[in-house]
Amino acid sequence: MSVPAPAPRPAAPNSRPLRIAVPIAVLLALVPLVLPPYSAILLAYGLVMAIGALGFNLLLGYTGLLSFGHSAYFGVGAYAVALMVKYLKITSMELFLVGAVVASVLITALFGVVCVRYTRIFFGILTLALSQVLWSLAFKFFWVTGGTDGLRVPTPSLFGGLVTGAGDKIAFMSHAYYYYVLIMFCACVALMWVIVNSPFGMALQAIRDNETRAEFVGVRIWRYRWVAFLVSGVFTGLAGALWVPLNGLTTPDIMHWTFSGEIVFMTVLGGFRSFAGPIIGAVVFNYLKTYAVGYTVYWQLLLGAVLVALVLSLPTGIVGTASRLVARFQGRS
Amino acid sequence: MSLLVTKDLVKWFGDTHAVDHVNFTVKENEVLALIGSNGAGKTTLVNLISGLFRPDGGQILFRDADVTHQSVHGRIKAGIARSFQLVNLFDQLTALDNVALTIFSREGKIANLAALAASDSAVWDEAHDVLRRFGLDAKARTLAGGVSQGERKLLDVAVAFALRPKLLFLDEPTSGVSTREKAPIMDTVTSIVRSTGISATIIEHDMDVVFSYSDRIVAMHQGTILADGTPDEIRRNETVTTTLIGTRETR
Repeated sequence: MSVPAPAPRPAAPNSRPLRIAVPIAVLLALVPLVLPPYSAILLAYGLVMAIGALGFNLLLGYTGLLSFGHSAYFGVGAYAVALMVKYLKITSMELFLVGAVVASVLITALFGVVCVRYTRIFFGILTLALSQVLWSLAFKFFWVTGGTDGLRVPTPSLFGGLVTGAGDKIAFMSHAYYYYVLIMFCACVALMWVIVNSPFGMALQAIRDNETRAEFVGVRIWRYRWVAFLVSGVFTGLAGALWVPLNGLTTPDIMHWTFSGEIVFMTVLGGFRSFAGPIIGAVVFNYLKTYAVGYTVYWQLLLGAVLVALVLSLPTGIVGTASRLVARFQGRS
Repeated sequence: MSLLVTKDLVKWFGDTHAVDHVNFTVKENEVLALIGSNGAGKTTLVNLISGLFRPDGGQILFRDADVTHQSVHGRIKAGIARSFQLVNLFDQLTALDNVALTIFSREGKIANLAALAASDSAVWDEAHDVLRRFGLDAKARTLAGGVSQGERKLLDVAVAFALRPKLLFLDEPTSGVSTREKAPIMDTVTSIVRSTGISATIIEHDMDVVFSYSDRIVAMHQGTILADGTPDEIRRNETVTTTLIGTRETR
C-alpha cells in the first residue's frame, strides 16, 4: 500500500509558510496592545522557550538524537549575560546576545565533539552528564556564579541604547522587551525554517532515517551531527540570553537536568515530528506550568497529571493531532 | 581494462576467514555476477570494497589508485556506489527526496544550510529524470517507506545510481520480490547500466537471473574464488555446478 507523503516537497519555493506565518506574527504583535501586561510577559516567556525548543528539535525531530542536556546551553546563554553584567558592566542587549552566542558556540562545539559519536541512550546519557558538570560548576563556584543565590540581571537597553528600561519595568517588559523577543523569535523561526528545508536539513533527516545509507550517499555523519548539535545549542543559548532579562535573575536551577526534561517535554507535547510542534508545545507548557504554580502548592503533581493525560491522548503531540484532524475533516468534505 | 582489482584481500571474523586472499577484478563496461552459497563471502567482499568493513590484509585498487584505506566518502568520490541486500532507504522522505538528497551530496551542495533545497531546480529536475528512468516517477511524492518491495528495490538502486558511479555494486537486487517482478527489475537495472557505460557487480542467488543478465560470473566458496568466467564457461564448470549450482542450471 502506498503511503502518501504528509507534505510533498515542492518543485520550487512556495509562499504557503509565509501565508501562515505573517498573520500569526501580526496577531502576536497585537498582544501588548490588547491584553494586560502580565499576559504579554507570560507570552514572552513562552516565545523565548519556543526558540530553545526549536533548537532542541533540530536534534530530536530532524537528526534523531534525544538530548537530555539542553539545560546546559540555555544556562550558558543566561550565565554569559549575567557574567557580562557582573564583570563588564554591560547593559546592551545586542552585546548580551553576541556574548551568549559566542559562549554557546564554544561550549556546544566542545560537548558536540564528545557526544555526536554516539546515538540513542549513550548520546542521551552523555549530554545529561555533561550538563550536570556545568550545573555543578554554577552551583559550587559561588564567588563567580553566586551559587544558589544566582546572579541578578538588570533591565537591558535595546537597539543600541535607543530604548532603555528606565522607569516602569513592567511596562518595559510587556511592550519594548516583548517586541524585542518577538523580533528575535520571528528571526529564529525563519532561520530554522531555512535550515530544516535546506540540503543540510535533508541530510539530517537522512541520518535520522538511516545512518548507514546516509554514509553511502556521501553524507559525513559525525560532521553533520556536530553542526546540528552546534546550531541546536546556539538556538537554546540564545533563548537563555533572552530569558534572563525577563526573569531578572539566573540560578543553577536552569542548568539542572530537570530543566532539560522540561525542554524535552514541551517539544514532545507540541509534536516533534512537525516544525511548529516545539513552538506550540513551549507556549502551552509555559501556560500550564504558570497556572499550575498559581493554582496549588502541589503544582508539580497537577502539572504531571495534566501532562501525562495530554501525552496519552495526543501521542503525536498537539500539532500532529491537529494535522490529523484537519486531514480527516478535509477528507470528509 | 580493469576498473577494480583486489590483491590478496583478507577479512577475518574471529577464526573464520570470510574473505581469504581474494584476487578479484571488475572490468570496464561489464555486468558481473558474484555467486556463491550463503556465507561464501560475497557480501563481505562488497563490504570491503565499498568501505563498510576494513580489510585485515591485501589491497584494493580502483582505476589504478589504492583505495584500501580510504573512507566511504572517498570511495564514493572515486566512483564506487552500492545498494544493499536489505533495502536501505530514507523511509520518512519521499522517493524524490531520496534521489535528490543523493544528487545534492554528489554535487557537494549538501552542507548548504542557508538556502532552501526546493530552490535548486536543476537537482529536482535530475531527480525526476532518475526516477523516470527507473519507472518510479509515479511514486515521486510517495514516502519511500510506503512503496512496494519491488519499487523499493528499484529505488535503492536509483539512489546509488544518482551518485553517477563508475562501478555499482548491487547486493541481491531481486531478493524478496516475486518471481514475476524479477525480470522487469533486472531489465530496468541492466539496461540503465549498459546504456550509461558503467560497470555493475551483482550479487545474486537466482541462477536464472545470473545467467540471463551477466557478461561474466565469479563464483565464491568459503571465502575464496572458485571460478571466474563467462556464463557458458561457468555453466560447463563441473566444480561450480557440483558445489554451487546443482543440476538445474546445467540443463
